[in-house]
Amino acid sequence: MAVERSLPTEESVELLALTRELCRDELAPKAAAYEAEGRFPREVFRTLGKAGLLGLPYDEKYGGGEQPYEVYLQVVEELAAVWGTVAEGVSVHTLSCFPVAKYGTDEQRDRWLPDMVGGELLGAYCLSEPQSGSDAAALTTRAVLRDGGYVVDGTKAWITHGGEADFYNLMVRTSDEGARGISCLLAPADTPGLAAATPERKMGFKGSTTAQIVLTGATVPADRLIGEEGQGFPIALAALDGGRLGIAACAVGLAQGALDTAVSYAKERKQFGRAIIDFQGLSFMLADMATGVEAGRALYLAAARRRDRGQPFGKQAAMAKLFCTDMAMRVTTDAVQVLGGYGYVEDYPVERFLREAKALQIVEGTNQIQRVVIGRHLAKE
Amino acid sequence: MNIVVCVKQVPDTWSEKKLNPADNTLDRGATDPVMNEMDEYAVEEALRLQEASGGEVTVLCMGPESATETVRKALSMGADKAIHVLDDGLHGSDALATSLALSKALGTTSYDLVLLGSESSDARMSVIPAMLAERLGLPQLTFAKEVTVAADGGSVTIKRLTDEGYQVVEASLPAVVSVVEKINEPRYPSFKGIMAAKKKPVETLSLADLGVDGGDVGTAGASSAVESFETAPPRQAGTVVKDEGDGTVGAQKLVEFLAGKKFV
Repeated sequence: MAVERSLPTEESVELLALTRELCRDELAPKAAAYEAEGRFPREVFRTLGKAGLLGLPYDEKYGGGEQPYEVYLQVVEELAAVWGTVAEGVSVHTLSCFPVAKYGTDEQRDRWLPDMVGGELLGAYCLSEPQSGSDAAALTTRAVLRDGGYVVDGTKAWITHGGEADFYNLMVRTSDEGARGISCLLAPADTPGLAAATPERKMGFKGSTTAQIVLTGATVPADRLIGEEGQGFPIALAALDGGRLGIAACAVGLAQGALDTAVSYAKERKQFGRAIIDFQGLSFMLADMATGVEAGRALYLAAARRRDRGQPFGKQAAMAKLFCTDMAMRVTTDAVQVLGGYGYVEDYPVERFLREAKALQIVEGTNQIQRVVIGRHLAKE
Repeated sequence: MNIVVCVKQVPDTWSEKKLNPADNTLDRGATDPVMNEMDEYAVEEALRLQEASGGEVTVLCMGPESATETVRKALSMGADKAIHVLDDGLHGSDALATSLALSKALGTTSYDLVLLGSESSDARMSVIPAMLAERLGLPQLTFAKEVTVAADGGSVTIKRLTDEGYQVVEASLPAVVSVVEKINEPRYPSFKGIMAAKKKPVETLSLADLGVDGGDVGTAGASSAVESFETAPPRQAGTVVKDEGDGTVGAQKLVEFLAGKKFV
């Protein structure tokens, strides 16, 4: 059952129809098998790139779709309802294009953006380190300018698309001035000295590759510095504001996927001579799940519309990320409960949605960090 | 080389189809309309031929207002322009009438090749390619699983799918060629294609524009009609073959069943 959406334009209605077609024909037949095998669906991302889904919020003149976040995020949500790995991948890729698109010079944009947002390339975003997660400004990966290039040494951790990406946004330390000593480099995958470690063995998103990126004297040409030296941390935070909305949309999508499975199961499953949806205890559970999904969608879209209008949206993005991912955790857990034993086995997708929801409470700022962000906004206002 | 691709809007292949009791024709409002799948292969083939040798691809569609979605999809895939034959008088047209209207519409444009799917998923008569070729006085090459246009643009050669394999058939251009699913893998429209499609010209033609007499088409002009219909009865329980324990009786019965149905 397709979600009824209020979309701003005719073209966005057609974009969502195209997304559903891709979900049905390209994602759905592969999701379960690829997740079971831990296989990265590189070819699916190529198909999405050809269809124009890898650069939706970026300018048309660079090959993007020039769509508002309100529309882009609903595309991500539809993808997540079928396959979280692909939805999260699109969100991370879109985030990875942000530093060049927003802070790059005209020359940098002309040179790199068309391939990043208008093609089939895949990006990665490298902020976290093994010892620096929530305290991102404590990162220690060092970049030293030498002979026209930044020589980078250190290790980046939890990198989505690590080893698969075509380009990496590296947040590196160029001076010891804490958060003001961080800079952003755009490194191509074939940078000598840049290597991916063995992928992590994760609880969910098994089709998505997550790996450390090890930098050993990796030399990135100086013209690949995005923004100015020392501007890296504000760039990273600004990128994350948008990225958090992507994660919120992913969360609503997989909660919707779990809800749809639970509702159709509850209509068909008969116990004590009637469909289990006719038992009030169960229908109340489904009602709460459906309400959570709708509330989550409304919240991330409200934040997205602020962004689209040029209003500050950092607080709302943190709220959406916090609420939607906690909601997805609860809804997917309840969906497993509705299906009983069948929910706990891999024959139905709900246990996969549950494992994916857990990751979304952690990534792009844990939900505790989201509360810190919201709290700071409240204190400042 | 200019190519015209005929596309039809049909009820979603997997939906439950209904007839409208008022006039015993298909109830198009009851299902989600989509582009006939086989026609997607024809559009794809037209685009590939265009990519190889240039020219224009025109979409030709006969259907109600809702068929603009199918026209738009073909344009989103990459076709250059479209002709939509739209007239209430066409409602209920049979294959003969459809081929008449399409042939007249083809007369309004210039083309070297007419491509279409070898059948529609709703009526499945598979006669339009032949009827169209006959009306146009052009060679018909049907069930193509491969299409090659000669470098000089003077002829077309196809591999024609048969039960046993394929035949190689050649004709001079212009010609009418129908294609099967084996021919290619249709592309998805891209979002850029969707945006571009809005700016592409769609010419809408009525029966009057085509010089077709209303009495020759539609329910009135149909040479066949549905007198009555009933919904299919619910499926009966199947035959259960019980094995009596030694493993031979059940197997024997299964073999007899399969042989009786000529499956083995």
